[in-house]
Amino acid sequence: MNFFTALKEKPWQTNSHYQQEFADKTELFPQKTALRFFIGMVGIIFFLFTITFLGRTQYPDFQALAGEPWLPFTNSFQLWFNTGILLLASAALFSTGKAAEAQRINLVIAGLFFTFLLSFLFLLGQLSVWKHLNSLGYFINSNPANSYYYLFTCVHGLHLVGGLLVLIKMTYKFLSKGSLDLLSKGLILCKTYWNFLLIVWLFLFALLTSSSETYQTIAILCGF
Amino acid sequence: MSNVAIADQPDDSHHPKTFITKYVWSQDHKVIAIQYGTVAIFVGLIALVLSGLMRLQLGFPDSFSFIDPSAYYQFITMHGIIMVIYLLTALFLGGFGNYLIPLMIGARDMVFPYLNMLSFWFYLLSVLVLLASFFVPGGPSGAGWTLYPPQAILPGTPGADWGILLMLISLAIFIIAFTMGGLNYVTTVLQARAKGMTLMRMPLSVWGIFVATILGLFAFPALLVSAIMMLLDKTIGTSFFMPAIISLGEQTGYTGGSPILFQHLFWFFGHPEVYIVALPAFGMVSDVLATHARKNIFGYRQMVWAIVAIGGLSFVVWAHHMYVSGMNPYFGFFFATTTLIIAIPTAIKVYNWVLTLWKGNIHLTTPMLFAIGFIFTFTHGGLTGLFLGNVVVDLPLSDTYFVVAHFHMVMGVSPIMVLFAAIYHWFPKITGKMLHKGLGKAHFWITFLGTFAVYLPMHYLGFLGVPRRYYAMGDTDFVPASAQDLNASITVAALIVGVAQLIFIYNLILSLRKGEKSGPNPWNATTLEWQTENTPPTHGNWGEHSPVVYRWAYDYSVPNTLEDFIPQNIPDEAVAKESTTSKSRSQENGDKS
Amino acid sequence: MKIAIAIILLVVFSVAFHLVSPWYLPPIASNWQAIDDTISLTFWVTGIVFILVNFFLAYVVIKYRKGKQERADYEPENKRLEIILTTITTIGVAAMLAPGLLVWDQIIAAPEDSKEIEVVGQQWQWSFRFPGDDNKFGKVNNQFITVANPFGINPSDPAGQDDLLVSGNEVHMPLEQPIKVLLRSKDVLHNFTVTQFRVKMDLVPGTVTSIWFKPTRLGSFEILCEELCGIGHFAMRGRVVVDTPEDYQTWLNQQPTFAQTQDFTAGDPLKGQSAYMICATCHGQKGEGNAAMNAPKIAGMAPWYVERQLRYYQQGIRGKHKDDMFGQQMAPMALTLSGATSVDDVAAYIKTLQDIPVVETIQGDTKRGMSLYRTCGTCHGATGLGNQGLNAPRLANQHDWYLKRQLENFKQGIRGKHPHDVYGVQMRLMSRTLRDEQSIMDIISYINTL
Repeated sequence: MNFFTALKEKPWQTNSHYQQEFADKTELFPQKTALRFFIGMVGIIFFLFTITFLGRTQYPDFQALAGEPWLPFTNSFQLWFNTGILLLASAALFSTGKAAEAQRINLVIAGLFFTFLLSFLFLLGQLSVWKHLNSLGYFINSNPANSYYYLFTCVHGLHLVGGLLVLIKMTYKFLSKGSLDLLSKGLILCKTYWNFLLIVWLFLFALLTSSSETYQTIAILCGF
Repeated sequence: MSNVAIADQPDDSHHPKTFITKYVWSQDHKVIAIQYGTVAIFVGLIALVLSGLMRLQLGFPDSFSFIDPSAYYQFITMHGIIMVIYLLTALFLGGFGNYLIPLMIGARDMVFPYLNMLSFWFYLLSVLVLLASFFVPGGPSGAGWTLYPPQAILPGTPGADWGILLMLISLAIFIIAFTMGGLNYVTTVLQARAKGMTLMRMPLSVWGIFVATILGLFAFPALLVSAIMMLLDKTIGTSFFMPAIISLGEQTGYTGGSPILFQHLFWFFGHPEVYIVALPAFGMVSDVLATHARKNIFGYRQMVWAIVAIGGLSFVVWAHHMYVSGMNPYFGFFFATTTLIIAIPTAIKVYNWVLTLWKGNIHLTTPMLFAIGFIFTFTHGGLTGLFLGNVVVDLPLSDTYFVVAHFHMVMGVSPIMVLFAAIYHWFPKITGKMLHKGLGKAHFWITFLGTFAVYLPMHYLGFLGVPRRYYAMGDTDFVPASAQDLNASITVAALIVGVAQLIFIYNLILSLRKGEKSGPNPWNATTLEWQTENTPPTHGNWGEHSPVVYRWAYDYSVPNTLEDFIPQNIPDEAVAKESTTSKSRSQENGDKS
Repeated sequence: MKIAIAIILLVVFSVAFHLVSPWYLPPIASNWQAIDDTISLTFWVTGIVFILVNFFLAYVVIKYRKGKQERADYEPENKRLEIILTTITTIGVAAMLAPGLLVWDQIIAAPEDSKEIEVVGQQWQWSFRFPGDDNKFGKVNNQFITVANPFGINPSDPAGQDDLLVSGNEVHMPLEQPIKVLLRSKDVLHNFTVTQFRVKMDLVPGTVTSIWFKPTRLGSFEILCEELCGIGHFAMRGRVVVDTPEDYQTWLNQQPTFAQTQDFTAGDPLKGQSAYMICATCHGQKGEGNAAMNAPKIAGMAPWYVERQLRYYQQGIRGKHKDDMFGQQMAPMALTLSGATSVDDVAAYIKTLQDIPVVETIQGDTKRGMSLYRTCGTCHGATGLGNQGLNAPRLANQHDWYLKRQLENFKQGIRGKHPHDVYGVQMRLMSRTLRDEQSIMDIISYINTL
């Protein structure tokens, strides 16, 4: 039942829709509802960071990280590489979920292994970009564009680390109890979360490697 | 939409055996609620003492040598932040939200009990970190609870070294705690309702808490974002909010940041925060009024719609806190309009409360007195909001004592009236004992009349142009000397109200020990929490069978029934039967008014 | 029952309080009568609602309290009533909002002929800038701010050279002339409020905000900062003097241009040395001060402070108060420095004097003094060396009996009360944080250790 339809119910009439309500079971399980709200919340965090970022791009001291030949992300090969890895991690998680549904334990274990490996690789890749930036003299406090780059990637990375911790806990439970059902339920959640983080990353990637002209256009469109 | 799987299950939860798992590392929502409540009331008392200290300075300047400007600004800052976040938010949602949601919707517990437990411990940690700032070098932050940069992190402000760091860290921890609790409340309401408990059959308390929690989940990120960015500005010298400035005569390394950006983020959180506190209060007071007036809440659907509408609108009014902040002045048109629009659903709620009493059978019990007191104080505070919401009227009044009086009336006194109503109302369920009546009434009268004596004159200080956050007025030619008398009288009233809260604490302790036994349903209320097998309810709440809901939460004085209330879990067929056995029951409960 | 009576009485009391209260908006001194009218309108609308809702509440409580009727009514909702109430509320809200928005439209658009005045805020002082003959403000940036260029004017911008600078806390404005104040901050958020003008606006570092008004009444009005700006927030006061256009022009002509302030030539210590002879009789050959003559130590004092105090004495801003016995002795002495540069010369000579340690005469609780000094240290420096950027003189290594007397003078309004003592107001408010004799002794005994 739609939320707003539900609000029209006249509850003092005792013969109201509750009979239907008994039958109205959906596929949602509580963890999924909670995850949806959590993703909404994290989405808002990134949204607000983005808004402040776009506002900040219009101040004269802002120097974009891409757009001119000498700027570090004009050639963003390494970021493309990291993106590919994160994509593969999501794919690995996806196939792990499929394998769990099909009750194929070997594939599940392999899938989990690759998910961990690729996710860690992504984090390492992000770290190495930090190092690279640092070695070029792009420190976190030398320009707001740099500050935002470090901030965004750090917050994104921390969310991935959080996801990994949950996945580790699930894997541990699975290995000690061997219940595939429980794991496959959990994998559905992880899959959603990883996909969400992938989308966020693609968005951040596009945002952070734009040129100052792009920012200006966006800012005008948003009415800053 | 909803799923009854969890509530439907037999009670297979593992009941804790040891003292520690039962009362300390408890996963029972009721114990967690009491833990939340106790800590919140404790920090609330600290904040109350702080307000007393600052009133001493304002009422009797030049008298107390330990209140220097630094200390004064630290008092107001800690008072504000503790009251708004660590007391009101925590007590309404962590305390009453935790206690009432599962009981009122007929669930055995929150859907994620372990997360719920963690939520409390993170909350406690955040409180400890905050209180720790009293003991670090430089003391707590004195930046005002709004923590506006650049001031908050520069040396001209007390606590700009350690205090502000601990404050920001504590806020971040609080937000984590709130998220864990909030996800629980929302999911529980959506997924764990008892059979037959449609959304529109939920008591308004649950509605208020539910919508407030959603607001919290979507508004606290803004505070988190601003806290993180300010932490970075403070610790590693980024320039998110910090423009090129000098500080105490020296150049700083900052360039180009925007302090107004912080204010937008802060109030994007801050205004919904008002409703995070107000909506649960609206909901709970509705239930108290209906129960003690023996009448259904008037216009239940409008009440729900108003809660949802207020919740939605609260995200598009934030900049009315910023009319004089230097933001684009054209925003003023938009935000003044949205702000005054939000007055309409709010007014409907007030009308419906009064209309609930209309043609009722009003029992003037202690909770009812507080609830009626709330209608008065909320009307008062709400109407002064129409002054400040209207952008031109805000110009002369902004940053004066009028603002202080307004928000204390509407966001301090009013929700606290509801909190007291709620405590007097639900204490019998929580403990199985009644609170002492005489002490309760004394507490009500002093609090109600006292707070009025504090805040009514304060509005007029605002009209005079007395600015808020002034340590001392000194000699000002446009403020008459008599304003100081007004200030002194406010201080006396405030101290009396402050001390009167000891009556309440004493009442809590006394009644807990020697209070009259309450029985399961002393107020003859309809909602599910009064229908539990045991009072106080035990772990798992419902014994063998979860309740099944057959009606809405407000079947009071239904025509052609013998008793003047029908609990939600009584099927239509049983109502007639109830009538024959009801005599013994009403004797057993007595009339607790 | 009691609660109903209480509510009726509170409503009656509120209305009565409002009607007889002597505490209300101070008389307006600008063109913004429309704001006051909107307030009155809002009072009417909200007042009526307040009275009606609460009287009805009281009536309901009296009429339907327990025992008055057997049983409550059962009425889940009444759509018609809700719609009527919503409509009435909407009309009331619109009645307040619409005029408000119309007035706001005027407030945000300054008239073409308004005169621009720049107000600069810093912790915890005001200063002002006028565009000068070319009617154009020079470019500014906080990064240009130095002790010699406190306004941060770009030295290479020709438009800035003729800008008139007012460094004190007091500004003059012409009567009946629309003024657009441009607001700018050097450090944190501040707020420019003149209560009698009704409008106010924040000063935001990094950007320039503005507000306009037309002064309609002659007189001197206080400027208050109304955005918390640190521990000196409550002491951040200034003044707007509304003059007739002629008086205003006379005042304006006395203000120095930016170029003049930059063209400043330091005093000549050699010339100052001879002028110092007369000072030496009391303050000593080495400027060490003399308790018997009640003369403070002046060796080690910064020239800017010495100059300011000497000019204060000359202009009667200091040493005029009838209870300031020793100040009265100093005032005629200062007048002997009559040459155009003699004040600067003496200050320059004093700068060359060797700083020598003083003898302590005051004992107090140093530890308590240290915590009391927390506030003072913000401006005067943690080690009491003073801070020119904040106009705060050095305290360390001054005779303690002198410090004590000055603190007492500030506290009692013997010093710092003159309307032109632009930083005295601040020190007066601050000195009052020392509640008693003992606190003064304690804090001075701490300053002795610096």
